[in-house]
Amino acid sequence: MPDAEPAAAKVPAPVAPMAGASGGGNAGAADAGAEAATKESAVAAQTIRVNVDLLENLMTMVSELVLTRNQLLQILRSQKESEFAAPLQRLNHVTSELQEGVMKTRMQPIGNAWAKLPRLVRDLAHELNKKIDLQMLGADTELDRQVLELIKDPLTHMVRNSADHGLEIPAERVKAGKTETGRITLNAYHEGGHIIIEIQDDGKGLAIDRIKQKAIQNGMASEGELASMTDQQIIQFIMKPGFSTAAKVTNVSGRGVGMDVVKTNIEKIGGTIEIKSAQGKGSTFVIKIPLTLAIVSALIVECAGERFAIPQISVVELVRAAADSEHTIERLKGTPVLRLRNRLLPLVSLQQLLRLDDSEGAKKTEEETFIVVTQVGTYTFGIMVDRVFDTEEIVVKPVAPILRHIEMFSGNTILGDGSVIMILDPNGIASATGEMAMGEAAGKETTAVQTQRQEDKMALLLFRAGEGAPKAVPLSLVARLEDVDLATVELSNGLPVVQYRGKLMPLVPIDPNFVVANEGRQPVLVFADGDRSMGLIVDEIVDIVEEKLNVQLAAERPGLMGSAIIAGKATEVIDAGFFLTQAYKDWFGSSTQEGFEEEKLQRVLLVDDSPFFRNLLTPLLSVAGYDVTAVENAGDALALCEAGEDFDVIVSDIEMPGMSGFDFAEAVRHGSRWQRVPMVALSSHASARDLDRGRIAGFNDYVAKFDRDALLFALQQTLTDQKGAA
Amino acid sequence: MSNAKLPSTVRKSKGDDLVVSGNQDYVTMTIADQMFGIPVLQVQDVLGHQRITRIPLAPPEVAGSLNLRGRIVTAIDVRLRLGLTGRPKDKPGMSIVVDLRGELYSLMVDSVGEVLSLTKEDFERNPATLDPRWREVSTGIYRLNGQLMVVLDVPRLLNFTTIETA
Repeated sequence: MPDAEPAAAKVPAPVAPMAGASGGGNAGAADAGAEAATKESAVAAQTIRVNVDLLENLMTMVSELVLTRNQLLQILRSQKESEFAAPLQRLNHVTSELQEGVMKTRMQPIGNAWAKLPRLVRDLAHELNKKIDLQMLGADTELDRQVLELIKDPLTHMVRNSADHGLEIPAERVKAGKTETGRITLNAYHEGGHIIIEIQDDGKGLAIDRIKQKAIQNGMASEGELASMTDQQIIQFIMKPGFSTAAKVTNVSGRGVGMDVVKTNIEKIGGTIEIKSAQGKGSTFVIKIPLTLAIVSALIVECAGERFAIPQISVVELVRAAADSEHTIERLKGTPVLRLRNRLLPLVSLQQLLRLDDSEGAKKTEEETFIVVTQVGTYTFGIMVDRVFDTEEIVVKPVAPILRHIEMFSGNTILGDGSVIMILDPNGIASATGEMAMGEAAGKETTAVQTQRQEDKMALLLFRAGEGAPKAVPLSLVARLEDVDLATVELSNGLPVVQYRGKLMPLVPIDPNFVVANEGRQPVLVFADGDRSMGLIVDEIVDIVEEKLNVQLAAERPGLMGSAIIAGKATEVIDAGFFLTQAYKDWFGSSTQEGFEEEKLQRVLLVDDSPFFRNLLTPLLSVAGYDVTAVENAGDALALCEAGEDFDVIVSDIEMPGMSGFDFAEAVRHGSRWQRVPMVALSSHASARDLDRGRIAGFNDYVAKFDRDALLFALQQTLTDQKGAA
Repeated sequence: MSNAKLPSTVRKSKGDDLVVSGNQDYVTMTIADQMFGIPVLQVQDVLGHQRITRIPLAPPEVAGSLNLRGRIVTAIDVRLRLGLTGRPKDKPGMSIVVDLRGELYSLMVDSVGEVLSLTKEDFERNPATLDPRWREVSTGIYRLNGQLMVVLDVPRLLNFTTIETA
């Protein structure tokens, strides 16, 4: 109950009925009422200062008492009739009340955190030449001291934001038909175990267009992506790090740190933040935070015989996956994923993550797995566990200092049965596994440039073949689409071939077990290179789409590059190179195929600013037996050099923004650790002059950008030269 | 409730346990047939075999955590800390609970002996040739009748930054 003076309210309560029962007379009751009133005022005046440490200590002790009580109750439940039942019942009640009471001692009205805001707003109004009226409602709403401390700064920041970005200058307001004075309203109230804090302004609302512009500028999304987003989704961008729509940096805001910090702070205490905005009418930020941090509701799960707790607040839903159920776990390159309502949910195996050796449950996991769908910020993922028990109220205790470095755990606790259990930290799990380009984090690193440019979209051919998800291949790799009459298919050397433009063209099915029928027609994708061509048998050609090829899950199965979301569906991107080598072992003019098994993979560093070429060349080179690392500019490449990475050969583009390929080669050749590493230049201009310039800069070879065979040949050549020299 | 108060009393007395000049009391224990001692005032509790929750991803010396009357105690396998092999599964072993900066740790040993009152005359510094791992966690050796007792330095035993590098 949001009572400002709980102690005062409690004390008179038992007095009044007692007086009523014993006194009997009206006068007596009135007397008691008056007494209570005076008592109330006396109590209100009686406050003492208590050290916070003492309160914290009390809180931990009560927590322990609660746990002991739970234990006792659990024992009691297993015994049918016990003389302890009645006293335990009383202990139960007293403990609950004690817990409530002690919790209250930690409570403080939120008004304490707001105390400085009127002054802040007044100063801001002066500075920005605005008229601002700050209204604060529900200032006596109480919440945990610890929580209060943590939301103080975010709140201040948001009020400052509303004053600076939200509210217009008086002239503008009048023009828009509003009063000169802008209003910022703070409203706090309780709602079902949570505190809701609303920060509302009647300003101009969030400028969707500006956010869009900024998102494109910062390379967070492409125009096409933005077009398909709802306003609500676009608003979310303001929570991204480094985002500010303020046209210029002022004293007050626009410094690029802000909402993301607010969001992290609020999420740190298990809260959420929601934004509502109406153009011209104002915006509202709704913060929802738990009442207290000391006791949380947690889901108890089991994995490999060990139990763990997952904070309930981050659990979205539970899904049971078994062979006979509607949901089954599918694997992409050994990575488990789950199809959940038209979305592909990445899964994390708790067992693998925590490196639990499976002693008992080895077989059981195959039959039935529970998936705890967890949300951290905007990143949703599933945690695979063996069993799910129920939820329990747990008291979070910090882990021992020697274990603090393990980021998977946010604490530990003692369960009702007396056993110690670790509390999993969804944030930690997300950051430990979320490197797979799902969350916001990865966006910055390698894919940043990719998302930035419109022209980086790639035409993809969607088709169906074999089992499972639709498949895709970059259209640029496909020479033609043909419809082959299966009656004309002949066998040569045990492989199906067809006469095609006066030559024999081998046909390769995607599914190795596919049997070519004798009649009917079958669509075939023709890949051609020079005078060789190869046909890939597919079941159905679905569509051609322009989409950013963002492979999200790399594949382990040969022939697949990975899977990506294309046209809203999980699609497997096939590795054309793999099938090319199926048709012609020497398609890439290299014999490394046989050799690379026993040898260490040759490491190639690919430096190219165009994500298209990186996407194209990486699989090509990998298929040819190289271990490819692709970076987007010379700076990144030199950073790898600094980081102590070693490569057998460097393939670099010449025309790159910033440091050109020539400069890069010079930098490598002059004093870097890599000065002996052979370098191959890659350029669309391959004139004799360029060749010379390349050699002077330090390149060992020079290859035209579109000549795959030449590139592979050059690589092989330089590597053998190098070996011969060494 | 009474045990909750224990740490504060121990904390108070910890300051003067090393300055006591004459006799010094030690709780003795055996690990792999070697006798070890811990100043008695640092000891909170002696436990028999306990149910321990394993902690994934923790250093190998950390055996897990256990519930000691409502407090979570981190169990340290002293054998592994001293560079010995793990205890055979069939031997249950015992534990000594110590307090370090307000945190409780349970030191898992083979068996706990008695409390000995020892004089300074029998104390000696670590021999220079002692295994560096042992020398790091020990303050010295007591010459007893028939055997030697290694004095364990609890803060250094629980200093896990050195474990990581070792």
